[in-house]
Amino acid sequence: MQRLVVVGNGMAGMACVEQILKHAPKFEITIFGNETHTNYNRILLSAVLAGEKSLDDVTLHPIDWYREKGIALRLGVGIVDVDACAKNVTGDDGSVTGFDKLLLATGSSPVIPQIAGVNNDGVFTFRNMEDARALLERSRPGIKAVVIGGGLLGLEAARGLQVQGCDVTVVHLMDTLMERQLDTAGGTYLIRKMERLGMRVLLHRRTRTILGEGRVEGVEFDDGDRIPADLVVIAAGIRPNAELGRRAGLTVNRGIVVNDYMETSHPDVFAVGECVEHRHVCYGLVAPLFEQGKVLAATITGNRGPVYEGTVEAAKLKIMGVDVFSAGDFREASPDDGIEAEAVRYEDSALEIYKKVVLAGGKLRGVILVGDTSDSHRYMDWLRNGVDVTRKRRRLLFPEPVEDAGFDVAQMSDSETICGCLGVSKGDIIQAIHTRGVNTMAQLKESTRASTGCGSCTNLCEQLLRAVAPEFQEETKTTLCACFPFSYEQLREILLSQKLKSVQEVLNVYGNRKGCEVCKPALSYMLDMVWCGEHEEDRSARFINDRVHANIQRDGTFSVVPRIRGGVTSPDELRRIADVAEKYSVRMVKITGSQRIDLLGVKKSDLPKIWADLGMPSGQAYTKGVRMVKTCVGTEFCRFGVQDSVGTGIELERRLENLYTPHKVKMGAVGCPRNCAEATVKDIGLVGQEGSWQVVVGGAAGKNVRKADLLITVETTEAAIEAAELFFQYYRENANYLERTYDFVERMGIEKVRKETVYATQPERLKLLDRLQRSKALAKDAWLERETPVHPTQFIQIEPMENVFA
Amino acid sequence: MIPENKWTRITTAESVPLREGRAVRLGGVEIAIFNLGDRVLAIENRCPHQGGPLCDGIVSGTTVVCPLHGWRFDLESGAAVRSSLPACVTVFPARVEDGIISVNIAGGSRIEMEDAA
Ligand code: SRM
Ligand SMILES: Cc1cc2nc3c(=O)[nH]c(=O)nc-3n(C[C@H](O)[C@H](O)[C@H](O)COP(=O)(O)OP(=O)(O)OC[C@H]3O[C@@H](n4cnc5c(N)ncnc54)[C@H](O)[C@@H]3O)c2cc1C
Ligand code: SF4
Ligand code: FES
Repeated sequence: MQRLVVVGNGMAGMACVEQILKHAPKFEITIFGNETHTNYNRILLSAVLAGEKSLDDVTLHPIDWYREKGIALRLGVGIVDVDACAKNVTGDDGSVTGFDKLLLATGSSPVIPQIAGVNNDGVFTFRNMEDARALLERSRPGIKAVVIGGGLLGLEAARGLQVQGCDVTVVHLMDTLMERQLDTAGGTYLIRKMERLGMRVLLHRRTRTILGEGRVEGVEFDDGDRIPADLVVIAAGIRPNAELGRRAGLTVNRGIVVNDYMETSHPDVFAVGECVEHRHVCYGLVAPLFEQGKVLAATITGNRGPVYEGTVEAAKLKIMGVDVFSAGDFREASPDDGIEAEAVRYEDSALEIYKKVVLAGGKLRGVILVGDTSDSHRYMDWLRNGVDVTRKRRRLLFPEPVEDAGFDVAQMSDSETICGCLGVSKGDIIQAIHTRGVNTMAQLKESTRASTGCGSCTNLCEQLLRAVAPEFQEETKTTLCACFPFSYEQLREILLSQKLKSVQEVLNVYGNRKGCEVCKPALSYMLDMVWCGEHEEDRSARFINDRVHANIQRDGTFSVVPRIRGGVTSPDELRRIADVAEKYSVRMVKITGSQRIDLLGVKKSDLPKIWADLGMPSGQAYTKGVRMVKTCVGTEFCRFGVQDSVGTGIELERRLENLYTPHKVKMGAVGCPRNCAEATVKDIGLVGQEGSWQVVVGGAAGKNVRKADLLITVETTEAAIEAAELFFQYYRENANYLERTYDFVERMGIEKVRKETVYATQPERLKLLDRLQRSKALAKDAWLERETPVHPTQFIQIEPMENVFA
Repeated sequence: MIPENKWTRITTAESVPLREGRAVRLGGVEIAIFNLGDRVLAIENRCPHQGGPLCDGIVSGTTVVCPLHGWRFDLESGAAVRSSLPACVTVFPARVEDGIISVNIAGGSRIEMEDAA
């Protein structure tokens, strides 16, 4: 056995070791890493800072992996010297370790510009876990953060800090953000998007000094301008860690020079990753690492043959809602540079979409996508394989109309890489689908880690799943409105993971700070639902009906519909209603289509008084909430009744009343299949039969007419109510805002609804019911605000202190 | 020019909650006052569409959305925003001094409809 020493326990080193282990065992491996963590996914540090992942989520190789492979791991030890003649390395702990082969995988380090004050407390870089941890610790609402550098890393750091609550300014030297990846037009769209998320961007600014005595107070630019700062992140580029190469006497330019076999100038020393320079290029992204690692593994294990010929670099910005992708060389024809290239563009300034491809000699040379990166894989394929696109000229910027969804992926060979970040090939994915029963994107991510890096291969993964997985399930994404670039699912996750509890907070961090009449009520609902009623209620984010708990009418007055459970009332209640109608000169008293009574044309300022006089709870006729349970007379009086529809309906209404829902929920309970209260066209219906209840859901008889689907048939009344509750809570949690059950059930499919409610495992069912109970415990009759208004002028027209007489 | 002497003291600043509106009747005109956090703005409380009470609308940035059919108005200029028809409401100068909101009812202005079109 030969001794292989690896310096650098990072992404390139470990990817290469994995490849080496695939060859016949040959080495006794020792790995030195000066970080104290086992190998992790550095890319995801951006997601950690943005709160989308926790530090525990990013580990790539747990300690057990090293153990299983018999690798000696020396964490926290930095190598300070290499003696290539004596063949040993010296650690900063004084240890000297001999090797037969040495692999340098030391990555790179942030470039710190020569400016005064960089040693101040509060100045950070963003490269490793320690940096991420320190930034998470220091950033919080109210902190002013300045990010120096408007490249990929700087922008991701900026967004992360902002999500942590900081007030963020990005300072960039050039006049375009991400100028290495974007032209001016693309950069301008990017600025707009960043600014809309609430970050400030200062271009063309050279930072002269970081101000503060010992602790950061601000930054000063060349022109003398200053801005305050409590925290500064320097993201001004990276430099390969090539020092050990120099000490070993290897040929080193910017990085350690390697040839196409990944050999350095010394036969027993190898290098891989960001510390190398290959054909005059030093890479700063992960895709090249995997290709290099495979070649190096072959060379070092004595199977020299495969060559590495360079990688087409592709960059994707990992900021949710800001889609930016760039690959290859996007420079256009310019007589000075002798470049012969032509550009094809598409631009929609309202949708903020910008696409540009650059062609040379009938082939794609570079591409920029802003605002819509869904086609990135197509361009990557053209770039990597040098596809002649002359015949695709007319469809360069739009995909060919899809006839065969699996066509793109069918064209790829099994060994072709799909996920460049984590080196997952098409074959790996197909294997996961077949052997591990992968059917959804979430499962695919979990089992192969594909698309968990930069995410640019998500589309391709989805296509592959669609084509191969027997039970592929599409993940539905509907965004709320233009204020938020997120799907409902993402928003729910964000609210939970970020512990956001008020509408304005969500808007400040993830939206455009303003919000609109569409997203504000929707967010209010989501917060209420996600936090089971423990959110911070903000009435300014509610539609007027939900501010005053009554339905606004065409003349600005309101209607009042008290709760009459199951449609059953009493002489006493009717008398009070009559008295109120007289006392407040109610314009119309009307029996509604829902077995209730409506008092129409009430002034806002009379509402609290009317509610008090009525002494009845709110019927929620003005809100997205529980309306009524319509009932028929059932066993109590009807000669055909076989189930107690009145008692059951009233009980169901009691259990669910005062809760809020994505859209209104109307229910019905009938004592026999004659269905006199129309339960089969309600959101939830209970249809009594001899000895059992049918529970039906998703019915409608409004804009749409739809017969409800059968959810389940059960023997006892309690079981019927429980099935209704399960569905009710499931709808609350999974429907999009303003999606009635008739649309929801169709979208999900009744089979899935059944599987996840009445047929779910006992613990899952209990969890749903438990969340329902928790919400219910906090729910109150909204009309009690007559005694404790949320604001002194909630129902009141303001009287001026002094008046003018015109 | 805003006539300086015509400021009318209306109510305490706390009477209008953040990002909400409240109505007040002043000299025969109904006015909606909005609290935008850093300032208050006042407009005529009558939607030109069908008379909707704008004070009850949802505030979005410096605009308000009529609660009846969703027309949107800019609180600073009074112009209907993103509307296919030219429309506007009168805006009145408003300010907060010593915690009291005042409105200048005589200083009400409307943009020229040709501009809004
Ligand atoms: C008062 C009432 C009509 C009546 O005089 O009977 C009524 C009145 C209104 N309905 Fe209704 N609906 C009333 C029963 C119904 C019914 C019948 C029922 O509940 O059995 C339906 C069909 C069932 C259904 O809900 O699908 C019904 C389907 C609608 C729809 C269409 C919903 C759909 O998606 O198909 C709307 C519009 C909406 O919700 O988006 C609507 C909206 C409205 C609104 C709230 C319109 C509005 O936004 O202002 C009306 C309020 C008038 C007011 O000023 O108070 N109303 N509405 C009924 C009140 C019931 C109650 O006691 O709460
Ligand atoms: C926040 C962030 C986001 C990124 N996002 C993306 C992205 O979206 N897409 C993408 O393609 N790339 C991205 N990158 C770049 C990507 O992480 C790197 O390309 C990749 O990690 C390089 O791998 P490497 O092994 O060469 O270097 P590293 O992963 O840095 O590993 C080198 C390791 O060697 C250690 N080391 C160095 N010198 C010594 C020594 N003398 N002794 C012992 N140990 C030593 C270092 O501490 C480090 O642990 C991102 C980087 C960061 C920081
Ligand atoms: S059907 Fe309903 S929404 Fe339409 S006018 Fe009648 S009450 Fe209003
Ligand atoms: S009354 Fe205001 S939009 Fe119709």
